[in-house]
Amino acid sequence: MTQNKTYIQSYIIIQNNEIVLNGTSVFKIEPTDFADFSKQALRNFEIQYPKFFKMDALSKLAFLGSELLLSPIVSSEEENNIALVLANKSSSLDTDVKYQESISDKENYYPSPAVFVYTLPNICLGEISIRHQLKSENSFFIFDAFNAEFMSNYSNILLNSDKADKVLCGWVEYFNEDYKAFLCVIGKEEIEKYRDENINTLYNK
Amino acid sequence: MEKESWVVEIKHEFHKLAPIKNKIIRTHFLQGFQNLVGIIKLKNLNLQGFGNLAGEIGNHKMSKEIYINETNCITPLGFDVESNIEAILRGDSGIQLHSDISLMPNSFYASIISDEKINRTFSKISSETKYSRLEKMMILALAPIIKNSGVELNSKTAFILSTTKGNVTALRENSEENFNNAHLDVLAKNVANFFRFTTQPIVVSNACVSGILAVSVAKRMIQSELYDNVFVAAGDEVSEFVLSGFNAFQAMSELPCKPYSKNRTGVSLGEATSAVLVSAEAKNSKIKVIGDSSINDANHISGPSRTGEGLFRSIQNALKEAKIEANKLDYISAHGTATPFNDEMEAIAFSRLDLQNVPINSLKGFYGHTLGASGLLETVIAIESANRNMLFESKGFDEIGVSEVVNVIEKNEEANIEYFLKTASGFGGCNTAVVFEKVK
Repeated sequence: MTQNKTYIQSYIIIQNNEIVLNGTSVFKIEPTDFADFSKQALRNFEIQYPKFFKMDALSKLAFLGSELLLSPIVSSEEENNIALVLANKSSSLDTDVKYQESISDKENYYPSPAVFVYTLPNICLGEISIRHQLKSENSFFIFDAFNAEFMSNYSNILLNSDKADKVLCGWVEYFNEDYKAFLCVIGKEEIEKYRDENINTLYNK
Repeated sequence: MEKESWVVEIKHEFHKLAPIKNKIIRTHFLQGFQNLVGIIKLKNLNLQGFGNLAGEIGNHKMSKEIYINETNCITPLGFDVESNIEAILRGDSGIQLHSDISLMPNSFYASIISDEKINRTFSKISSETKYSRLEKMMILALAPIIKNSGVELNSKTAFILSTTKGNVTALRENSEENFNNAHLDVLAKNVANFFRFTTQPIVVSNACVSGILAVSVAKRMIQSELYDNVFVAAGDEVSEFVLSGFNAFQAMSELPCKPYSKNRTGVSLGEATSAVLVSAEAKNSKIKVIGDSSINDANHISGPSRTGEGLFRSIQNALKEAKIEANKLDYISAHGTATPFNDEMEAIAFSRLDLQNVPINSLKGFYGHTLGASGLLETVIAIESANRNMLFESKGFDEIGVSEVVNVIEKNEEANIEYFLKTASGFGGCNTAVVFEKVK
């Protein structure tokens, strides 16, 4: 497999009621809960997408991050071979716990299919794929902490084996109002601005 | 030749490459130098000042050939591959009627492993009591293949665990310890530490394609030279959590599931673990992995695409990488969950690729839908199918019930199998296809 150098094209960090895009704070509000924060962010960027309100928090987080990175580069005219490679620590546990509560009490037993479907971490990849019509490689990984080495290696494999033209790669962690998203687009074109950065240095910014 | 003269002459060759900037010409040289890199390694030559160049050449190597060298599975039909194949040949199914109100208010069909058998078998390899039921099942799947392989668990040996829900049953009782155990990285660490893997475990959790996607991830990591060997384990349990969920979706069959049949009404759930060794080592290999792809439908999160687009593209890409035409396939081990939409979608995707005459089965009639384990378990069985030149019946099938022609295997029959395809599809619109070639 040819090992060409790959480059970070853009990145985003969402945490503590703030969205930082390519190093610049683009949205920040007073402390509030995630549902409110994500709704306000959606309004702020004038994103019209009613399906957003049906998503669980993990999907909302991944959706928001990917929206700002992908919208400028996805073309509606042609196919976009952008792979999705995301990971986290808590999988879909935030929704798992909620779903478990709905079946634990036999007096109040109400398993909902609309909740159950979000008890899989890769559903957020499906949401992003649908939004941007990405018929591309996608995989969700779990690690105890952000594994920059693996994520960057795996993205490079997809690029170098021509399984993808670009990779949206990153960390989307959500559990019980604790959240952090770090997403970046990796491609083969050299981008001067991030030449000396790697996904680990950017994640820790 | 003396070491020094090797060094002098190889450096002479490398000098030609150094100034070449043109990509195409450089690639030409890199390919030509493959053998030299082998010699440098073999003779342990010290090419001072040329380390980077040697690295570049080494990395340029044409994609490595990837094999599966060891397989195992823990299912209601048996705790090793041989007993599973015997049961399949006899026509046994793990799917039984269960009445267990801790799992479901009503009786239900599912393929469940006896606790007693898990504990009895586990006690033969360890007296530890701290492991969860699923962890024991995974350890039991991995133990014999790690031992047989003789592979050292060093920095070049990775461990991938694939699952959809892992230890989700831990959430039944609310405590901090249980909550911690429900984390998939904790599950992976518990299993990895049992065997003393020295690399950090990698968890693939991509709904029902997890098990087969893990093979593809392993292949890719070995081809990029990150690892020499990857042990892959996949597993999922039948739990109140998934039973109630599939039931809420009205996706459960009232009778044992009937993939591709006219009267199919949904899935029977099942549980299993399975493990394989994916390796670059051709010696003792059982099968070669020659192409793979995982493409999303980009259509719906809880239903498959009506046109089978993601599966269609996954198969197309996998065949392209394998460099074989669709008509070379001798057998398809399909997903076949027996839900009306899934089986119809698969039939459409296969038909679009002109695969309607290729013998196909779903093993869900034997094992139920084992979620994240299914792709790997079914690959293990398909490998046996290929090596024994025997097509296994698609249990539960009676009358064709999909709109496109598919060649469902109705009874066990001998057939030459050189190439086969494994597919899986799942929630979130995910699909995976992997092409295998028999080792000659």
